[in-house]
Amino acid sequence: MYRRDLLLSALSATALLPAGRLYAAPQSDQRMLVVFLRGAYDAANIIVPVASDFYYECRPTIAIQKKDALPLDGNWGLHPALKDSIYPLWQKNQICFVPFAGSDDVSRSHFETQDTLELGQPLGGSRNYQSGFMNRLAGVISGSAAIAFTNQVPLCFRGELVVPNIALNFSGHPSLGARDMELIENMYRGQELAPAVAQGFSVQNEVYQVISAEMLAASRNAVSPKGFELSAERIAMLMRNKFNLGFVDVGGWDTHVNQGGIAGYLPARVAELGRGLNLLADKLGDHWKNTIVIVVSEFGRTFRENGDRGTDHGHGSIYWVLGGSVRGGRLAGRQVEVNQTNLFQNRDWPVLNNYRSMIGGILAKLYGFDAAQIDRVFPSARPEDLDLV
Amino acid sequence: MEPNSGEIPHLTVQNVSTGSGENHPLQQTSRKGVPIALLACALALQACTAGPPAPAGPVPTPAFHPTHETNAPLPDLTSLEVLNRLSWGATTGDAQEIAAKGLKSWISSQLHPGRDDGLPIEARTQIAAMEISQKSILEIALEVRNLQQQVQRLRGTPAEDQARKTYQQKLNSLAHEAAVRALLRDLYSKNQLKEQLTWFWFNHFNVYQAKGELRAFVGDFEETAIRPHVLGRFAELLAATALHPAMLQYLDNAQNAKEHINENYAREIMELHTLGVGSGYTQQDVQELARILTGLTVNQSANRLLRASEGRLSLPIALTVFNPSRHDFGDKLFLGARIQGRGTQEMAQALAMLAAAPQTAHFVSRELAQYFCCENPSKDLIDDMARSWLRTGGDIAEVLQTLFNSQEFAASLGERFKDPVHYALSAMRASYGDTVILNAQPLMNWLNRMGEPLYGHETPDGYPLTQASWSGPGEMAVRFEIAKLVGQGRSGLFKLSSDPGQEPVFYPDIKNTRYAQAVMPSMSPTTKAALSKAQSRAEWNLLFLSSPEFMKR
Repeated sequence: MYRRDLLLSALSATALLPAGRLYAAPQSDQRMLVVFLRGAYDAANIIVPVASDFYYECRPTIAIQKKDALPLDGNWGLHPALKDSIYPLWQKNQICFVPFAGSDDVSRSHFETQDTLELGQPLGGSRNYQSGFMNRLAGVISGSAAIAFTNQVPLCFRGELVVPNIALNFSGHPSLGARDMELIENMYRGQELAPAVAQGFSVQNEVYQVISAEMLAASRNAVSPKGFELSAERIAMLMRNKFNLGFVDVGGWDTHVNQGGIAGYLPARVAELGRGLNLLADKLGDHWKNTIVIVVSEFGRTFRENGDRGTDHGHGSIYWVLGGSVRGGRLAGRQVEVNQTNLFQNRDWPVLNNYRSMIGGILAKLYGFDAAQIDRVFPSARPEDLDLV
Repeated sequence: MEPNSGEIPHLTVQNVSTGSGENHPLQQTSRKGVPIALLACALALQACTAGPPAPAGPVPTPAFHPTHETNAPLPDLTSLEVLNRLSWGATTGDAQEIAAKGLKSWISSQLHPGRDDGLPIEARTQIAAMEISQKSILEIALEVRNLQQQVQRLRGTPAEDQARKTYQQKLNSLAHEAAVRALLRDLYSKNQLKEQLTWFWFNHFNVYQAKGELRAFVGDFEETAIRPHVLGRFAELLAATALHPAMLQYLDNAQNAKEHINENYAREIMELHTLGVGSGYTQQDVQELARILTGLTVNQSANRLLRASEGRLSLPIALTVFNPSRHDFGDKLFLGARIQGRGTQEMAQALAMLAAAPQTAHFVSRELAQYFCCENPSKDLIDDMARSWLRTGGDIAEVLQTLFNSQEFAASLGERFKDPVHYALSAMRASYGDTVILNAQPLMNWLNRMGEPLYGHETPDGYPLTQASWSGPGEMAVRFEIAKLVGQGRSGLFKLSSDPGQEPVFYPDIKNTRYAQAVMPSMSPTTKAALSKAQSRAEWNLLFLSSPEFMKR
């Protein structure tokens, strides 16, 4: 991994090899992927509080009936759209859910709160938009090889280190030859964008090599997945071989109108997500036991349905933590009974499990970080061990 | 916050219960243009080329790019930088116009453009032939709704699939036309600032084409709600977007009714369109504004549209309607002001308050400064612009004049990183000048690959305006690939998609354009060194379009 300032001085001294490897193979076996559901997914209709009468009062038309939900424990059920993808992971104790999860941000603004989560900085101070928590994390993990599986580098990966991004829906090979790449890199020598240019070329080549090699090996597969499943498959290939810290986002969760109940828009989207995550677990193979996937969203939605068979911006959400060695098959973290008294501002789930504390706690256990290291990733946070790993 | 003490603009919307339409300021007329064969356009294009026409056969003779350039003088480097900033990318032709008029006068003509956009005939012809140019939004809505009803009628039958495909194709075709029209204007209009502002304001009042039936409406939204107002008064722009079916559907106000309030549009008007998040409005204000906006909806009934479209040539908009039975007529307390419940006039009052608010002046001025000047405009600059705003009642041209007159603007020239739309359009303009493309699809594909397709941002905040959003490693790599495609001249831009033959090859000859020759001496030693190593015209083009200098404006 390159720090921007080091790379700049290195560049001025030496010529850069265009397709040279900029990474050693990941030294840490541990892999971590953050999946960000942008748009505030409606957690209450996916991990369903089936034991709560209040839930059914609040959602007369869109609630998931207890008889239709897949039983998780006595109080919660899982949306049946996840029957073949996430439910098997639950049964293997490889996934847990953390309800009443979120941040202190009560703006209920998608963009504000997404920024809050991605920056991972304490609220109330001024924000440094050049420093996202995953960039800081990449700086603390030794032997980290980070990548954003997105069209643009997300806020969480902005920072001192130059983290590459790659859009996964490409087909075909990179079209610039080695000579062109070298000439272009020379133009950027000593300039601000030099590291981005160099990484762009090298990552593009490496990613293409990995994926085409894998595809060749698996060329008898009949069905080519699309959408998030395609992304998940490629993420697995890349995290097996080259990268050990990743980020991907999925949009389309902002269901204000006609979100569906048992069937409909939201169930279809979550089914696609589930299939992708299941495929990811499958394709990671032996590495799944060293992998953790954390699924977050900026906030949850109103507990009551609105007049349009949808829900509006809320507060507390439910995060997913999955992986081969996760202490799964349970709902983790602080929980309260689901009733009107416990609602936040009489409209939303409360937040009892702060995302910085939760992830901080995971980092402490998985990577053996000490307090100082966690503080570098999440300044002024209090890491909590929710016994997820 | 005091309510606007001036006159409340009269907001007239067709009242759905009476069915009678009051004259709406944005009237749509039904036009039937005569479609002109695109083949004639292609022939005209051939006749213009300097090189020999491409012969039929497997190996076409490369035709060199006709730059349509004259020996008229160019202005100084600073003027060229201003041109780069105020346009979608400098061309020799526009540069010469600055030299002829003088920079100040040219800037003034950009801030106060005439009605004629100066589009070449080939571009005007393509636009005139479009369905969106020939039909009103009413007629389009009618057609689209009929196709949708057809799908319902055929539900469960074997014909349902085809009916659904026909419906989707219609929507896609309408959105495609809208994008092509916008891109042709961006590439060839003389009123470049106006075209940039059309993009900017669309982005500010973003709608996403893939939602609902918005593909049928984005063209009209851009054409009637945005473009006429881009250099006018912000209050009128805001009102025009608030009345358009595209906005009402996208932000769910079409569903907002007193029995079931939907806050989405109310929140985003304040957070994104006017005051800005964290500027002092409360959740209570959001709810009150949502109450004010109840009943402003989109006419879903095809029958009503039919009745409205028959008869008179001059039609009021009947797509946006006010349904009093869905409106909350109670009094509201909005931003500290008591709003008497009385119907659409509440909306006019609220919108006027928002448009006149100092927070809006600051928030929107900042966005303009970010787009046209620098990523972190100084407080002083924003204050100056806000003062102009408040002094002139939100006159966008005046606010921009203040910006363009500032030291900060002058100091920022040549330093603003281009977002993908600027990058693609400037590469096209530098390479092809005013030679009109026949097929915009390759250009649309490039915008897609770079992550900034027209009408394609899902969320209301619009595409980001910061350098960090567009300059990641993956994105730089994609730009260089596109530079190669633009520079090698064989990407399908000059061939009708329906034409099975070979495309005539235009090698862009950037090196020999007078504009490039004027700016090359000021490029960095490393860029010049790379350019000097180019072994072919295509490679020279690739390097020029990939250079650090070309990434900025």
